[in-house]
This record gives sequence, C-alpha cells and structure tokens, in this order.
Amino acid sequence: MKKTKKDFNIVITGVGGQGLITLLQILAEAVFSEGYEVRTSELHGLSQRGGSVEVHIRFGRKIYSPLISQGKADLILSLEMQEALKAAYFANPKTNFLINEYIVPIPLQKTLSKEVIFKNLKKVSKNINVVPAEKICQEKLENSVVSGVYLLSLAVFKKLIPLKPDSLLKAIKKIIPEKYLELNLKTFELVKKS
Amino acid sequence: MEEILLQKPGKKIILLGNEAIVRGALEAGCQFVSTYPGTPASEIGNTFFKLSRSGDYKGYFEFSTNEKVALEAGIGASFSGLKTLIAMKNFGLNVCFDALIPFVYTGAKGPTVIIVADDPSCHSSAQSEENSRAVAFLAHIPILEPSDPQECKDFTKLAFQISERYKIPIIIRTTTRVAHQKMPVKLGEWKKNPSLEGRFVKDPGRFVTLPPRVLEMKKELLEKIEKIKQFSEKSSVNPLFGTISREKLGIITSGVSYLYVMEALKELNLELPVLKLGFFYPLPEEKIKNFIKNFKKILVVEELEPFLEKELFSLAKQSNCKLKVIGKELLPEVGELKPEYVISAIAKFTGIKYQMPHTKYRIPASKRLPQLCPGCPYWLVISAIKRAVDVKKVIFGGEIGCYMLFGNSPVNLQDYLSCMGSSVGIAHGIKKAGGQKIISFVGDSSFFHAGIPALINTVFNKSNPLIIILENQTTAMTGHQPHPGAPVEPNGIKIEEIVKACGVKNVRTIDQINQEEFVKTVKEFLAKEEVSVIIARRPCIFVAKK
Repeated sequence: MKKTKKDFNIVITGVGGQGLITLLQILAEAVFSEGYEVRTSELHGLSQRGGSVEVHIRFGRKIYSPLISQGKADLILSLEMQEALKAAYFANPKTNFLINEYIVPIPLQKTLSKEVIFKNLKKVSKNINVVPAEKICQEKLENSVVSGVYLLSLAVFKKLIPLKPDSLLKAIKKIIPEKYLELNLKTFELVKKS
Repeated sequence: MEEILLQKPGKKIILLGNEAIVRGALEAGCQFVSTYPGTPASEIGNTFFKLSRSGDYKGYFEFSTNEKVALEAGIGASFSGLKTLIAMKNFGLNVCFDALIPFVYTGAKGPTVIIVADDPSCHSSAQSEENSRAVAFLAHIPILEPSDPQECKDFTKLAFQISERYKIPIIIRTTTRVAHQKMPVKLGEWKKNPSLEGRFVKDPGRFVTLPPRVLEMKKELLEKIEKIKQFSEKSSVNPLFGTISREKLGIITSGVSYLYVMEALKELNLELPVLKLGFFYPLPEEKIKNFIKNFKKILVVEELEPFLEKELFSLAKQSNCKLKVIGKELLPEVGELKPEYVISAIAKFTGIKYQMPHTKYRIPASKRLPQLCPGCPYWLVISAIKRAVDVKKVIFGGEIGCYMLFGNSPVNLQDYLSCMGSSVGIAHGIKKAGGQKIISFVGDSSFFHAGIPALINTVFNKSNPLIIILENQTTAMTGHQPHPGAPVEPNGIKIEEIVKACGVKNVRTIDQINQEEFVKTVKEFLAKEEVSVIIARRPCIFVAKK
C-alpha cells in the first residue's frame, strides 16, 4: 500500500472496560512497523471505570502533538454509538465513522436511540458506517469481547486506515497475550473472509 | 510491558511516558525506588514492582505507606549513598513538603530524582487542579519538564547526572499528556546489576538541619542554584528552534505545550523562533534575555498558572522593556491546553486568519460519569446505609479512592470531599462545631496513608463520628497495588488492632454481605457518645478474582 503523505489521525472511543487501550497498542505497533512516526494519548485511572473513554493515535512522517485537534480526525472508531456522537467534536465532513452497533445506557440519563444517533451523525459527515460487530462476534465467535479487534480489522481491510493487513496481524500477535490470541486471530480471519 | 523494557540499546520501542521514566532510571543505574501509587504516575511504581518481582530489577523497590514516607525512605537511601528515585502524583508532593524542604537544604548524597505528575483538567484527580511547578519557589528545588516519552527517559538520566554533580535532589514534573503519551523511544545502555550496598557515614554538618547551621545551609543552597543556573544556560534541554527573522515575534514554551506549538506552526505553515525550556527552575535567564532582546512580541505557551509568563515580564524589564508579553490573554488558565487552542492563539498572535475545520454542530449526547464496578463490595455498604439512616439527616464524609464515586448519582452519599485521610479529620471538626450526625468513609489504603492521626484525634479530643473503613484489601483505583493491610505475602497489619490501639472502644468488623448486622450496627453506633468504627471487610472483585 502507498504510504500516506499527510498525517493520519484516529480517535477511538467507547466505555471504560471495552479494551480501547489494547486497540491503541495494536495500532501503534502496526503503524510503527511500517516506518511511520507515531504518538498516542490515553487515559488511565478514574476515567476507566465505566466512564467515557477517548484515546488518540496520530501517525505520519512528522508528528508532534499526541492529541488530535478539533475537526481533524480521519477516522473515528467507536465501540459504542453514543460515544461516537461525542467524538463528533473531532470530525469534519470527510471523516469516516466506523461504529459498533451497540448501546450502553447512561445511568439516570436518557439513552439516545440508534436512529437518533445515526440521524445526528449524518449531519456531521456522510461517511457513517454502523456495523453490528457485537452481534457478529457473539454469533460467529461466541464472544463479543473481540468486537474492538473486529472493527479495527475491518477498518484496515476496508482501507479506512492506510495500513497493510499483515502489519495489523503481526501487531495483534505481538500485543495480545497468549491466552486470548487464538480468539483474536479468528476474529481477524473472520473479517478477512467477509 | 516489562519484557520490552529489557530490549537492546539503540533499539526503538514504543513506550508510555511513565515506562520511559523507568527505563531512564534503569539506564542511570538506579538502586532504590519508593513510591505511593497515584494517577498519572502509577505505572512507574507498577513497572518497578513487576520488574522487581521478576528479578529483572535487582535494586530495592517499595510501595510506601504514603508519599512523605516514600520520600523519607528515599532520603535515607540517598544519605547512604544510593541512586534513588521517588515517584508520586501532584497531591503526594503536598504530603511530602515537610520532608522535602529540609532535604533540599541537606542535599542528596546519592543522586536523587523525584517524579511528580500533574493532571491538568483533573482527568483522574479530585480535589484540585494543581500546578506543582510552584514548589520550585518554595523549596528551591530544580525542576525539569519533559514533553514526551523520549524526553522522559533522557531527562531522567540527565536529572541523575545533575543531582550527582550538584548534590541536590531534582524534580521531574510530568503531566497526564506526557506520562500517558506513547511513542517509539530510543533505548540506551543499561547496567543490569546495580549494587545495593549503601552506607550511612556520620556527617552532622551535612545531614542535621539544626540552627544556626540551617541558615548556612540555605546560603549554600542558593549558591548551588546559581551554579545550576549556569548549567541550565548551556544545557541542550533548553533548545532554540528556527531563526530570528524580521517579524520580531517569538514563542517560549515547555512540557507538552511545546508539542502543540510545533504542531500549530506546521498547521499554520509558519516559521517562528521557538525557545523550549526543559528547565523550569532554575531558568536559563541569560539565554531567555538574549532570545527576547530584539522581539516586539513574545507568546508564552504554558498550561495552568502563568508562572513562565510572570518570569518573562521581569526578564523583559532587564533586556527589552518594550517587549509585549502575551500568554493567558490568548490561552486558558483552567484546564489543559489542546492543540486547537494553541493553533488559534498563534494565529491571533501573528495576525493570521485561521478557520478550524470543525462542524459547528452541537452534540446532544450526555456525559457518562465513571461508576463503581458492577459487583463492587461498596454497593453493599451503600445499600445498608440507605436502609439504616435517613440520608437527609446524616452528613457523609468523602475521601480519595473508588468510594469518591459515592458523590455521583444514584449513590449521592458525599457531602464533602478533600484530600486523603481528611474525611475523619473534617468529621471531627463538624462534630465539635455543631454535633450533627456524621458518617465518614475512609478506604483501607487511605486509612494507612493519613487516616490514623485523625482517628487518634477524635479519641484524644473526644468527638463521636461514625467512621466506616472500607477494607477492600487493595489500593483499587490506581490499579490494585498492595498496602500495609494487604501486602503481597499473607498477614498484613490488622486494621481493627490499630483502631483498638488508638483507644476506640466501639469497633466492629463486618462483611457487608451480612446486611442485617451491618444495618443494625450503623444504627447502634450512630447513637454512641464516643467515636465508633465499622470495618467493612470484603475484597475488591479484582482481588477476589486473583
């Protein structure tokens, strides 16, 4: 694949506990293996416990800021639909959204419906992809914990990230602990065949 | 992570800022490490803990009872000649002040580096948005500010060198976006087996801060700082970028703000001279004066309080009194900086029109606050209290730890929240002031950290709050580190024995799964005329899993 000339910015969002930092690690290793400069920013501690989590990764030829500026995301990958909407701060009309069809209600708050979220996101960008990753992983792999890796693999195969699938595969092997590796490799294969 | 810390020199590997600090300390030959966990510094201790248990790090490591004790342990190691690292979050530094300030007077015998992590925007911190740079003015302690993981490693090594040369402890101040930033870091040589043979050699003139000697020590300290200032003037950690051009504009910045400045210049396609300060204290004043002497305007890009900006005002008076110093009029003083704020500030500073490529669209999603985990044993304490008392008629004292989430809906059992150990101390004051019914919560790690003196005070000065010690047998919120009541080996210190030894007569240890007993005891203890303590003992679900 041709190397991207401009910086590439990805925001990953979801709810604490969905494994966002692991996704960020995989992605960082993958782009680093292709010779890019890379920086990430993540949050630990209080922000993890069921709260909103938003992590950033930027790669390219020369990267300074670990944070993405407002409106500058190339891809917003979200593991929860309401969180995708919050990440719209980083979107512009060309931004791709790749979203898990999955909603975690916010305690004591009105939960937005899929339709409302989709309609609102459409006002931000035309490129809104909602994928039932949670459902697919549960049905095909009997475990929805890999829906993040499913979405990340999908983003690479759909060329929403300028990265070789092989680099992603190698990074998954490097980062995921032995115990869970088989499940994650099956997830990668599932996306590859689809 | 620990395996990759053991890779070869010259190789680049992706490291978190905090991991890079660990690697820097290892490369410097660090022999003694003490810490109390606190986000965003926790991974330093966690990584040393793992490396220590795996045997890869052969020096000494401990999780101390609190940050002051961690520093004191480190001072002892330094006095005995060991290379020492102490790590903490910003509020830990506050706890340390009493020990820190005399330590800067006596100086470090073994090179000593103190890591202090601030959290602008309070991502993982309650209580305040602290800017720990201020300690430089109070304690005359040199402070270095890295921008990214590579600098975290390099500055840690450099700090050990400066400390060795000038016999003074050095602070490395990070922020969340530095400590929790990842990038490929180029590794250096690591001497794998530092010897652990320290020896305290008597030298009262050096280690005893008794008057009149203490005033001589202060004089010596100020002389040392003057010498370090000369070092700072020539140091490569205060680099100058770009060439001074006809526009007569320049930028001064430090820490993570530097990365936003460079990003902004790239985005705006501008070339401006930038002075990046690795030293916050002592500042390379001559270098700065020389930098600003021909400018019309200077932009100071720094997070939180305008400490650098104020220094610039005074330096400009000496070298360029017409200089316009701009900082907080274009940048916020509350909350962390973001790259877009810096882009917009530089655009205004240079008179460039810049339109952010954002949508003007308002986002209707509501905020998702952190919650206690499903299955957390604290839920059982909450339910028992809500059954036992009319929550409107009782005051609830909060504290630092997972249970500060009692302040969020739907729990709402928190009427005040301050620092570690304070729920008990403040409860005593409220009791004395008006005698209202009060239940104060304190976690087990917090109790050991700073709760015990406050408990003794309720006995000594006779007040009667109900104190509930939430014993989940770990330091949960910062990532499940051990504490004196729950060490790695079995048989930690029993909290009920400490409570009894403090003179408390009404003490009961209850597993909150026994709801009826818990409800009954809360009612009974709230009516007591002396202080009472319930120890709610049930492990955190993540400890129970192990």
